[in-house]
Amino acid sequence: MTLTEQPPITDRQPLRAGFGRGLVAAGHADHRVVALCADLTESTMMTGFADAFPARFIEVGVAEQNLVTVASGMAHAGKIPFAASYAAFSPGRNWEQIKTTAALNDMPVKIVGAHAGINVGPDGATHQMLEDIALMRVMPNMVVVAPGDATEAEQATLAVARDPRPVYLRLARAATPLFLDAAPFVIGQARRLRDGSDVTLAGTGTLTYQLLVAADRLAELGIAADLVHFPTIKPLDDAALLESAARTRLVVTAEEGQRAGGFGGAVTEVLAAELPTRVLRIGIDDRYGESGEPDELLAHFGLTGDRIAEHVHEYITRAKGSK
Amino acid sequence: MAEAEPTAATDRELQTTANQIRRSVVEMLARAGSGHSAGPLGMAEILTVLFFRIMRHDPARPDWNERDVFYLSNGHTAPVLYATMAHSGYFPLAELGTLRRLGSRLQGHPERRLLPGLESTSGPLGSGLSQAAGFAYASQIIDRDRRRFVYVCMGDGELNEGNIWEAAMFAAKYRLGRLIGIVDRNYIQIDGSTEDVMPLDDLAAKWRAFGWHVQEVDGHDISALTGAIRHAQAVSQQPSVILAHTVPGKGVSFMEYDYTWHGKPPAPDEAQAALDSIDELERGLSS
Repeated sequence: MTLTEQPPITDRQPLRAGFGRGLVAAGHADHRVVALCADLTESTMMTGFADAFPARFIEVGVAEQNLVTVASGMAHAGKIPFAASYAAFSPGRNWEQIKTTAALNDMPVKIVGAHAGINVGPDGATHQMLEDIALMRVMPNMVVVAPGDATEAEQATLAVARDPRPVYLRLARAATPLFLDAAPFVIGQARRLRDGSDVTLAGTGTLTYQLLVAADRLAELGIAADLVHFPTIKPLDDAALLESAARTRLVVTAEEGQRAGGFGGAVTEVLAAELPTRVLRIGIDDRYGESGEPDELLAHFGLTGDRIAEHVHEYITRAKGSK
Repeated sequence: MAEAEPTAATDRELQTTANQIRRSVVEMLARAGSGHSAGPLGMAEILTVLFFRIMRHDPARPDWNERDVFYLSNGHTAPVLYATMAHSGYFPLAELGTLRRLGSRLQGHPERRLLPGLESTSGPLGSGLSQAAGFAYASQIIDRDRRRFVYVCMGDGELNEGNIWEAAMFAAKYRLGRLIGIVDRNYIQIDGSTEDVMPLDDLAAKWRAFGWHVQEVDGHDISALTGAIRHAQAVSQQPSVILAHTVPGKGVSFMEYDYTWHGKPPAPDEAQAALDSIDELERGLSS
């Protein structure tokens, strides 16, 4: 895995905007692509697809169980269905239908969970989906993708449309920094964003940007971080993880979701078996979110780059002390 | 394609086929030692009419892309689907003896990936109607296919599930005339009578209120079932449902109407009595 120089950060966009563009492009590229929505067309940003391909856009109403099961039937009829809602409801409400009719049934249904994570903001805990990574990565046959920014989300949507497997695509509501280039997305492939040998920073979703900020802070403290972005949580790029961990022997993971069973859990499982390594897992620690502005909530839960850098610095100091 | 067209069997011949399927159901369940008896026995005529008279399908080409599609939403009645498929020629009858065994293609609940001809994986209730509706939408509205029909069997207890009524609204909204649902209305579910567990009646009025074309029929009457399905095929501007009134455990005298047979198989000594009972039913038809 080579180091990828990424563009300077000039702007912010919600991941779902990238998804919306990618879906339109996927619709042009393949006439089998259809989109289903559960009364959230605008906020999942499927409006562009609905306007471009009205015959291939299906409104199912506020019915998330029906959303994915209708999508399964369409997949069986040869379509490539993208079924979008808020992650709190899909897969939050319809996990069994996804398991039985998409994953076990091996249908290429694309579950799009918008508004995942705490950055949903003022809507509060009911709408802040923090358990979806854990829920979806334990499901056999299911691919789990969590892009880092809107540019990557656009590319990821195209890759997801081409992939024959059922996929969970995790999106966020808030506008987050654009820090990744528009390289074609390869499912299952990690991207190295900083080269260093003191600590591995492994991020997924929009928290990789916070790790980028943290890496800069740590550099000021003389700590060279190896920053690896994992936009695919399952299948995890084990080789990239092990290569980095073998050099640094210290791993920090970050995700906007529950620490239990999430991305950090996936990383820890690989390391425990192949290369026992200390792992600091940063995420939400066994509690629910609450109302607030997205940036306030990131700070409140210790997920900003500055707070992560402090946390990592302490951890490294302690880890070295106990060697 | 000739082999894909429905066979020209008489009602009487189809009734015999249904009873052969019943025999297979009893034999497979007794050998498996677990599984559901009442529903599969009650649905023998419904599946016989679909597979041996109504549907365009070809057991030699289960993925033929012009076939009619059948979803079994009440997946726990898998034995009657397996028996019907085997008698249709999808796989050898001898394989029925592997039901629920390790390594078998005949899982306790249907698994599409294992057995060619199965259209979907099912078991957890309430999801079949929406899958059938999704298929019908893709076929009828997006692909503008004017030949294919999509059939889905549901149990009546299964109608407790909210997913069914989400799908019912969906199918009516999009006028899925190629979608035909059949409810096995046998009035039992695991805990007892459907009307005690969670009342469904007036079930026909419920479906009508949801925008469906509704027919009620004797689910053991080959001729009446045929007529109802043909009539449903002619309804083009709304989805159709046929409430097929059946006797749970039909054909096995000591199982009929007894809800305790919903979820258990006959013991070995009961199996022979069950087969004798089915033979008696068959002989009664001849006399």
